[in-house]
Amino acid sequence: MTILYLLIPLSLAMGLVGFATFLWSLRNGQYEDLAGAAERILYDADEPEPQSGLDAATGTEETKR
Amino acid sequence: MIENLTVAERRNAMIILGVLALVGLTMAAVARGDPMGVHGFIVLGFAGFLFFIVGGGIYAPEPPLSRLDSYYDDPTKVGIILALVWAVVGMFFGVWVAALLAWPDLRFDAAWSGFGRLRPVHTSGVIFGFGGNALIATSFHVMQRTCRARLPGALSPWFVLLGFNLFCIIAASGYLMGITQSKEYAEPEWYADIWLVVVWVIYFGLYIRTLARRNEPHIYVANWYYLSFVLVVAILHIFNNLAVPASFAGAKSYSAFSGVQDAMTQWWYGHNAVAFFLTTGFLAMLYYFMPKRAQRPIYSYRLSILSFWGIVFFYIWVGSHHLHYTALPVWVQTLGMTFSVMLLVPSWATAGNALMTLNGAWHKVRDDATLRFLMIGAVFYGLTTFEGSFLAIRPVNALSHYTDWTIGHVHAGTLGWVSFIIFGSFYAVVPILWRRETMYSWRLVEWHFWIALAGTVIYVFAMWNSGIIQGLMWRTYTDVGTLKYSFVDSLVAMHPYYIARAFGGLLFLIGAIICFYNVVMTIRHVPYEEPAIDYPTSSEAGEPAVPAAE
Repeated sequence: MTILYLLIPLSLAMGLVGFATFLWSLRNGQYEDLAGAAERILYDADEPEPQSGLDAATGTEETKR
Repeated sequence: MIENLTVAERRNAMIILGVLALVGLTMAAVARGDPMGVHGFIVLGFAGFLFFIVGGGIYAPEPPLSRLDSYYDDPTKVGIILALVWAVVGMFFGVWVAALLAWPDLRFDAAWSGFGRLRPVHTSGVIFGFGGNALIATSFHVMQRTCRARLPGALSPWFVLLGFNLFCIIAASGYLMGITQSKEYAEPEWYADIWLVVVWVIYFGLYIRTLARRNEPHIYVANWYYLSFVLVVAILHIFNNLAVPASFAGAKSYSAFSGVQDAMTQWWYGHNAVAFFLTTGFLAMLYYFMPKRAQRPIYSYRLSILSFWGIVFFYIWVGSHHLHYTALPVWVQTLGMTFSVMLLVPSWATAGNALMTLNGAWHKVRDDATLRFLMIGAVFYGLTTFEGSFLAIRPVNALSHYTDWTIGHVHAGTLGWVSFIIFGSFYAVVPILWRRETMYSWRLVEWHFWIALAGTVIYVFAMWNSGIIQGLMWRTYTDVGTLKYSFVDSLVAMHPYYIARAFGGLLFLIGAIICFYNVVMTIRHVPYEEPAIDYPTSSEAGEPAVPAAE
């Protein structure tokens, strides 16, 4: 079963990548406000943050922040 | 749609399509008599068609800068339509192969219409065509909303969506010509596999780039599920498809592994495709669209994250339960079995979490068929994961394996869980995307719900009965120790269930056609409506936006 010498390290490596990502998310503060995180997606703003640098009211270019 | 691309993006698109057309032409030229030549012409035609579409809009003016203040939804919209087209095509082939089992004459004596060629058109059509397009389209929608950021560019989402569909077309047309590497759910040959890797790497990059641009500090749990789908499927796909082409001028290739080694790789891939293609991506849809539709947050957000890491760490080990009682070492079988049983914990935590989310919104479930689609999806997720853990236990598998029970189990998952989640999500997202007040007809959504549910139940019950009867007949001995029933005896016993199965599938197909009709009519006939809240907000509703970078 030589294939296991490939598949088991590969699966463990993927697990380690997952674990490293988990530790990153922990240190990054991803889990500090779980109630808020669950609620925030419900607010209906079907528009992203403005990126164009245009003034929303006049449609003209505003000074970059 | 072309006018929403910048002039530079249009030019780059034409360069990419030109290169793709050249690749197609080369394939057609070197393959000569080989069926790969037909694929060369298909690639050429696909690239040429898109080349003219992009070229037709090349002189349109540069899109206004204000486009950056809205989400980029064109690829999502096209993806939803493509998913529904594939649903109708894939399910049509499903009903056909189901009918072939009951009435074998339906192949009309043609080479291309044998069961072995039509079946992968069905499986790839529904899993990759329908499921894959739904995953890609909804992931574009969800990643933008939960990150509160627009996609980083307009070209790469199109590349991912259309490139993936080219893969699906190559796959399905190849099966009909007899091109297959005979690996279940990984049938396409080497050149299609290489193309999918290219598409998938761009997809992963697109996802990461969108996350990096997010204006919301928290990465919503749905994104984790989508990301695991993108990343793990890439790795599974690459390793399971390691093969040596017999010739670069032909489709035929030989797997890098042989015998039980190949079987282990295949089912390491196969069950993780169930896990990371048919489960985590759809859990992402569940975790976004169910709270949105019910207007209630996830019952336990903490549990949703715990379940995610549980699923990610357990699932990767379960593939060997497909190879009980084979040449595979027993300890590897036991490993797969053990992890399969453990997997029940995060799976039921997820299903329970979804249903508890609906507590306090059950009146909405009663009134709103869209939410009911999502609810039934969660119920079938719970049922199927329990059944899966149960079937993975070795002595149970002795009865169920190689029988129709497996097919019943798979369809409880794909019809009851995956398709219900897709339809529920589509009905929820279509009015939002196209800025329509409602779907064209709520009555049709109700009809679709009940027809689809009836079809699923008929299908699954028929296959449970058929599978268990089959399994029991195959293990019944006479007093002198010989087998009591011949294989043909069991085949005769199957016949009524095969008819019932084809009927259940037909109902499900009718439901999908109703959905397609309803979506098209929504786009064409329901008036445009400005969304109620049409300004950018940051994480606290209504507050002015402050980018996370500051």
